[in-house]
Amino acid sequence: MSAREQCFEQLLLGRAAPSAGWLNDVRAAALASARALNFPSERHDDWRFTDLSPLFQHGFHPVVSFARLTLADIEKFLVAESIRLVFVDGSYSAELSDLTRAGSGVVVKSLIECLGDQQVENHFGQHAHYLQDAFVALNTNFFEDGAFVHVAGAVAAPVHILHIATRRETPSAIYPRCLVVMEPNSHATVIEDFAGHDGNDKQDGVYFSNAVTEVVLKDYAQLRHVRVQREEKSAFHIGHGSVSAAKGSVYTSTALAFGARVSRHSLHVTQQGEGAEMHLNGLALITGRQIADTHTQIEHAVPRGKSTQLHKCIADGASHAIFSGKIVVHVGAKGTDSTQSSRNLLLSGKAHIDTQPQLEIFNDDVSCKHGATVGQIDADALFFLKSRGLTEERARNLLTHAFAAEIIDKIPVPSLVASLGRTMLKENI
Amino acid sequence: MINQGSKVLLDVKNLKASVDGVEILKGVDLTVHAGEVHAIMGVNGSGKSTFSKVLAGHPDYSVTGGSASFAGKELFALEPEERARAGLFLAFQYPVEIPGVSNSALLRMAYNTLQNERGLEELDPLEFEDLMQEKIKVVEMDPSFLGRSVNEGFSGGEKKRNEILQMAVLEPKLAILDETDSGLDIDALRIVANGVNSLLTPDNAVVMVTHYQRLLNYIVPDYVHVMSGGRIVKTGGKELALELEERGYDWLRAAA
Repeated sequence: MSAREQCFEQLLLGRAAPSAGWLNDVRAAALASARALNFPSERHDDWRFTDLSPLFQHGFHPVVSFARLTLADIEKFLVAESIRLVFVDGSYSAELSDLTRAGSGVVVKSLIECLGDQQVENHFGQHAHYLQDAFVALNTNFFEDGAFVHVAGAVAAPVHILHIATRRETPSAIYPRCLVVMEPNSHATVIEDFAGHDGNDKQDGVYFSNAVTEVVLKDYAQLRHVRVQREEKSAFHIGHGSVSAAKGSVYTSTALAFGARVSRHSLHVTQQGEGAEMHLNGLALITGRQIADTHTQIEHAVPRGKSTQLHKCIADGASHAIFSGKIVVHVGAKGTDSTQSSRNLLLSGKAHIDTQPQLEIFNDDVSCKHGATVGQIDADALFFLKSRGLTEERARNLLTHAFAAEIIDKIPVPSLVASLGRTMLKENI
Repeated sequence: MINQGSKVLLDVKNLKASVDGVEILKGVDLTVHAGEVHAIMGVNGSGKSTFSKVLAGHPDYSVTGGSASFAGKELFALEPEERARAGLFLAFQYPVEIPGVSNSALLRMAYNTLQNERGLEELDPLEFEDLMQEKIKVVEMDPSFLGRSVNEGFSGGEKKRNEILQMAVLEPKLAILDETDSGLDIDALRIVANGVNSLLTPDNAVVMVTHYQRLLNYIVPDYVHVMSGGRIVKTGGKELALELEERGYDWLRAAA
């Protein structure tokens, strides 16, 4: 058996958490689908840039006994004044969570606790298609627990969903899951945060975090969705998001990828109702031998949709960043207004960036623009900063940070913007 | 101001420099003492801007001959940032825009770098803000510029004022102003010149590189040097600038 087959077989040895009737049926169907699909082939058009072979070198085991962390352990990840759900290795931790700011009109809970909720039954597994994607299928079968956010009205406090992976003796597989349902005219900010808990040992923690998020925006709902991937540098992270945007709704995503040896974020946003707006901002900032892949697809299925997208990759060391952004304007989606920009910064001669903006338009009467640039640190700016006394390293770091800041500053939570900025400058990434 | 016996800050001897293999400076000599104001004038292409960039250490230029000592150090042995820390300052002809880096963050970083160099305490953001409230008066700048990205969306005049603000914060021993007057209207020119004048002390010095005499009405030089063909071909007092205004540069080019 090849390493690839072995790795997959090992994942299938995981155990599905016990659950209610309808979910058992979904899990069973997902498991069957996972078996049938297996890992995507490197010849698969959506995967041809992404080298998964480092993932296949490990056998990932299910987590059966969950670590107990204290608030002090996760302090550096906390977002002030938030409604907080914490998951440790995929399992919900009521002790670390803080739901005191969840007022009326909002449900923020463990998904497993909400299986009786009609919204969960209606939407779970209906948007992220486990029949088409093996990673989604694995998550759907094996997820231990997840977050359920149901908003009616407006929530002022950001919802912070923090997934912490702990170090274990054997590589573990964890399956973060999230369902967000936004009722008509509701407003909220949701932060999904994937972090590695670096303990005292200097050993690298190898784990595989396979996450799935489904978002439903009903008419005129507005969601600001933040995603921070700051897994440990030796971890693997595959995340999938599916968003359904109804009439007049506004979905704004800011997704950051800093961590993991190999990471992939695929985000699929579908405009289901007239006049919906979708704004996607992304940043991958990597170094060493990291691989960070972002695949997005925005589908305009009905008239007068608006989408904007700005994605940036910054690659240092011998890293490899990939961006593939597809925008599809279907027949009948008249009056679509779409712009997409991919801007990239190469910090080293050994780093590599692939960028693939794609427009597929099956309609006239639309306005679509896209463009891509790849550049290096501006020599004049570098000399200017050095002439003000900054070392080469500091100056490069500052310019890199400035390039990244355009995306990070879009996060609508100032304290998170500040803490990410400090981390970046300190870690010299 | 010329003071007999004041310290030599900059001593350039027979400096030769080239860019892309083309020799631009062909033997420049210049000595600047503490307390002095020098103007280097010349037509476009005479080498005066190259001279200022070479002194600051711009990587596009290579020094091919001669020497320069600055504050007792061998200037060309120092990296650009080491020159800055030793007290050399270049006000850029075309200040770069740096989106994403706030003016105040940059100034504080640069200031604290120098504080470290001088063995002094760094200032935290609050202390630094107090200092800035004083410094921005030098260039009559609106405090809102501090929170904006470095030079982003600034007018030409605002960019030049920002350069002088950096000079005010860093308090260099020697400031080289490269065409600081270009693109300035008369009000901005006056503000920039007042700023520079207010920063002059008997311990520091200024070298202005300029095409026009106009700036010298506001910042009065002790010496005027004319550069032509990569050399200083004539040196005089402030009256030389007036003569140039009247007669142009052609008579000197012929002399060179």
